[in-house]
Amino acid sequence: MGEALLTHKLVGERLELAAGGSWTASHAGELEALVDRVTGEAPKAKDVSIDMAGVHEFDTFGAWLLERLTRQWTASGKEAVVVGLPEHDRGLLKEMNGVNREPPPKPQLGNPVVSFLASVGRAGADFGHNLVVFSEMLGSVGMALARVIVRPREYRLTSTVHQFDRVAWQAVPIILLITFLIGAIISQQGIFHFRKFGAELYSVDLVGILVLREIGVLIVAIMVAGRSGSSYTAELGAMKMREEIDALRTMGFDPIEVLILPRILVLVIALPVLTFLGSMSALYGGGLVAWLYGGISPDIYISRLTEAISLTHFKVGMIKAPFMGLVIGIVACAEGLRVKGSAESLGIQTTNSVVESIFLVIVLDGLFAIFFASIGM
Amino acid sequence: MTEKNAVIKVHDLVVGFGDVTVLDHLDLDVRDAEILGVVGASGAGKSVLLRTIIGLLPRRHGTIEVLGVDLAKATEAERRALERRWGILFQQGALFSSLTVKQNVQFPMRENLEISQRLMDEMALAKLEMVGLTPQDGEKFPSELSGGMTKRVALARALALDPEILFLDEPTSGLDPISAGDFDELIRTLQQTLEITVFMVTHDLESLYNACDRIAVLADGKVVAEGPITAMLESEHPWVKTYFQGKRGGMLAERQMST
Repeated sequence: MGEALLTHKLVGERLELAAGGSWTASHAGELEALVDRVTGEAPKAKDVSIDMAGVHEFDTFGAWLLERLTRQWTASGKEAVVVGLPEHDRGLLKEMNGVNREPPPKPQLGNPVVSFLASVGRAGADFGHNLVVFSEMLGSVGMALARVIVRPREYRLTSTVHQFDRVAWQAVPIILLITFLIGAIISQQGIFHFRKFGAELYSVDLVGILVLREIGVLIVAIMVAGRSGSSYTAELGAMKMREEIDALRTMGFDPIEVLILPRILVLVIALPVLTFLGSMSALYGGGLVAWLYGGISPDIYISRLTEAISLTHFKVGMIKAPFMGLVIGIVACAEGLRVKGSAESLGIQTTNSVVESIFLVIVLDGLFAIFFASIGM
Repeated sequence: MTEKNAVIKVHDLVVGFGDVTVLDHLDLDVRDAEILGVVGASGAGKSVLLRTIIGLLPRRHGTIEVLGVDLAKATEAERRALERRWGILFQQGALFSSLTVKQNVQFPMRENLEISQRLMDEMALAKLEMVGLTPQDGEKFPSELSGGMTKRVALARALALDPEILFLDEPTSGLDPISAGDFDELIRTLQQTLEITVFMVTHDLESLYNACDRIAVLADGKVVAEGPITAMLESEHPWVKTYFQGKRGGMLAERQMST
């Protein structure tokens, strides 16, 4: 672009501007700087004339900058005249003449200290609100369950089977793999450290008790929260965004009964099943490492295992599993229903769902530990 | 039938999915600074044609030339330059839900132009006012807008870079007749002030009468009729006849003739 976009010349008390080239979006950056510089010349001149004859391309960006130029001059009580603008571009300038007349709404900027305190307060209130939402969800799922027990024909069996396939059956390979690795790692670490005082055999106790009581169920619960909890939240959230949940409600169906109850029941059933499979896989992994790395033959491993663990340890793990499934399901579904219109809120609720359910699973595990200790299990 | 001043030239276009051929050796020209309305039965391939022209769908055969650039031969840089010269209004608005209305309109400017935040704010508000919204609407999020407002914001965003061609996919669908009429008028006014070419896919007979210079009818994967509304009323093609002279079309035709 060899052509100058805007040149200025002071003739007596009159500033003469000559515009040329393309007054379009792609030159808007340069043009804005030129327009601002010319406005800076204002004190030297009384009035201004702008000759637009040299301009061969003109769009809303150019029109607005021209309008801004003349508006700034007239605002300071001086006269601005635009000449030589082609007929067909006048409509555009006239259009621009009407816009941006009222000042744009000012963004509300608060005191930073106050807004920090407000955000802390809001976080606290949100936490309380979350507990209320979860209890509400628990209550309505309980109600839906009671209704279904009274009229079992209304229960959505197809949906349950479909969800069970997704949540339990399709999760089996990854759960088996992860718990196998965890069992193997615990066994290796046990042998490595116990070997220093010749107590390798106790690593079998370590693996058995740890896996059956704590690790098996925790790993499975965390995996399921990340895998199925997040998908529940995203699914229900997308359905909420597309008004599918409202549609269900207006057709006389209870979304809790149709969508949420089957999902939560499936989790309550699936978690013990997956925990059982996961624990067995972890014990298998532990045994394999004990044999290959620690030189403990499978026969010895099994006999040592039967001495070290009792049915109680197994029961402790399995009793916890359905409750963890319930917590994951309640959190995931409650968060899903809190999704608002935007894609961003879907992301936020899904993150919250996973973080909160893993947190609650660990808190619940702690509470169970206190409970089992006090009843001597 | 190729015309000299055509800004979009579609020649011998074939588009299909799997075994289905949607567009079958289709030819169509869009002239400079006209409003072309594309009509056709549901599933006739109107939206497919639009999406193929803007490069969202692959084609099997044929050439598409937009503003003198052949899309098949264009380099990445040429394509990007071309994409800056057209604006698209999607059927559902396709506003970015995590940005405010103002940020939505500013998005193409922020990505493509090097201008100050002040000018960007002024331009965004100017565009919003041009489509009939207030500066206060600029702070809202897309989920807080009504259907008509969403369409207006989407139009403002399509106009953000002062495009030469505007693609509209059913701009008046989902609007009440009064808002739809206003919207037609808005498109007409904007097209005249900004001197842009408009390619409009529509179902709305009123839009065809009030806003369009020329109409192209799609049926059986081809353009079966092309021309101003008077040519449509004289057409002998059965679908065109039913559409323009049926119960709803006929009423409008009579009204048009009597004024």
